[in-house]
Amino acid sequence: MTALLDRRPTTVKGPVPVRRTRRIPKHWLYLAPALILLITFTYVPVGNMVWYSFHKWDGLDPVMDPVGWDNYVRVFTDERYWHVFLISLYYFVASFAQIAIALYFAVVLSFSTRFRNLFKGILFFPYLLNGVAVGFVFLYLFQPGGTLDSVLSAVGLGDQARLWLGDPDIANISLAGTSVWRFTGLSFVLFLGAIQSIPNEIYEAADLDGANRWHQFRYIIAPGIRRIISLSFILAISGSLAVFEIPFIMTGGANGTRTFVIQAYETAFQFRQIGLASAMAVVLLLIVLLITWIQRRLIPDDEVSLS
Amino acid sequence: MTVRAGKPSPVVARRLGAAGKYASLIVASAIVLVPLIVVLFAAFKTRTEYSTTGPLTPPRDWFNLDNFATAWSKGHMLRGFWNTTVILVISLTGTVFVGTLAAYAISRFSFALKRVVLGLFLVAALVPGVTTQVATYQIVKSMDLVNTPWAAIVLFLGTDIVSIYIFIQFMASIPRSLDEAAVIDGAGRFTVYRRIILPLMRPAIATVVIIKGIAIYNEFYIPFLYLRSPDLNVISTALFRFKGPYGAQWETIAACTMIVILPTVVVFLLLQRFIYNGVTAGATK
Repeated sequence: MTALLDRRPTTVKGPVPVRRTRRIPKHWLYLAPALILLITFTYVPVGNMVWYSFHKWDGLDPVMDPVGWDNYVRVFTDERYWHVFLISLYYFVASFAQIAIALYFAVVLSFSTRFRNLFKGILFFPYLLNGVAVGFVFLYLFQPGGTLDSVLSAVGLGDQARLWLGDPDIANISLAGTSVWRFTGLSFVLFLGAIQSIPNEIYEAADLDGANRWHQFRYIIAPGIRRIISLSFILAISGSLAVFEIPFIMTGGANGTRTFVIQAYETAFQFRQIGLASAMAVVLLLIVLLITWIQRRLIPDDEVSLS
Repeated sequence: MTVRAGKPSPVVARRLGAAGKYASLIVASAIVLVPLIVVLFAAFKTRTEYSTTGPLTPPRDWFNLDNFATAWSKGHMLRGFWNTTVILVISLTGTVFVGTLAAYAISRFSFALKRVVLGLFLVAALVPGVTTQVATYQIVKSMDLVNTPWAAIVLFLGTDIVSIYIFIQFMASIPRSLDEAAVIDGAGRFTVYRRIILPLMRPAIATVVIIKGIAIYNEFYIPFLYLRSPDLNVISTALFRFKGPYGAQWETIAACTMIVILPTVVVFLLLQRFIYNGVTAGATK
């Protein structure tokens, strides 16, 4: 490729490049690797997925049986398939807690604090950890007689111990809590970055005008980070629909913790119902695109001007 | 950042406020650290010690590395690190070249379909990777890449849109006059890319390498789906599959978990500033 592109004729001395006379415009050569990868591994799969979703197929058979909308009907009527949507609600509610916690600490640490960088590092660190490692750390935490039970009995709440992951009533809450532990650091650092990008003079002016901390938060910080907070909510919705790693690693979807993506994974790769799994994936994709579209309408962000 | 004292308020109230602030920070730090520290405790305990002491009790011998040795050899962690490193190096090198070339075309050339191309990248960024795996798997299978490291490599390369954004944004800050001066001196467009753009892109390349490197190191779903053979285990899948046969031996699993976490701690301590910047740049796009 280098040789091909370097074969630049010496006619370049003129002020206007002679690019127009060449057959394949050079920019397409530069774009080719990225575009080919993008189309092969994003657009072709999405197209195929829509195609599969109208068929009954085991992924091996050379023949696919067209079944019309049957797969979609099943996703919305069979309890096993639509029920997993409801599991997302646990993670969605948890993400509100996550945003609130992250916002609180971002505001606190944007004012001068002792050991500020240490606290910032500690709060952010879980986000960097390997998902399987996080899963195991919390399996250890939630197991009977594990960390959580020991801490509870150490503070005199020993009778509160229960099967944190075995009881279907609370297993999802435990998993959603793990998710909060893992991702709060990300929201926190994003909020903190947004707060710190507010020019310092504004605070100084507010100080001169006698504004207290609450006023500073209400009239300076809150408007300054509105965009990142709304973005976080959108990410929370699509994120809670696409939960996979934590429940898959910790419970394998047992005890009523099967999420939409786990269900789609099992349908496709264990039960080999590619058509049905594709219908599930198409539904999820449409929901995510719809949510993003609504967000773009509600918050027109002028920062995405790339060209 | 300067100290903002705010309106003078009664000393007591201010003390209380400060106490509440530090108390909340300490509680949050404990919630982050205690789950990790108890796993570290368990990793140093012997079998009998583990079954006779509670999780909050520190190990008797901080130099008991038996569990780490067992985890390292029985979990084939060396192989896991090796496979992860190979995939990491090839994917990152590929990302840097594919991404910077594409960004160069988009930011330095003007052509008719530019908006369409940008739109293609933009929409693709919205497609959650986990949802399309059902169909992506069939494509990777038809290329005969399943159960080869290339499956992971092409997917890490091909589904990366954030890096291209970071490159485009950074390239916009490199003055075009530098390109033009070079062209007047007789340099071709590719020479401009290689001699001027690429060297100046170093900060953006560092950002992409760090955030994408961490993401690849932590990735579970793609290796789990495509690298089924134990010989191809990466760090995540090696740890995940280690739990099967050692399900009840928490002291060994704890050691294995710590082996996986340790490199992240080291990288974080060394590269904090870059990581914060990179994560912010990557997530807000």
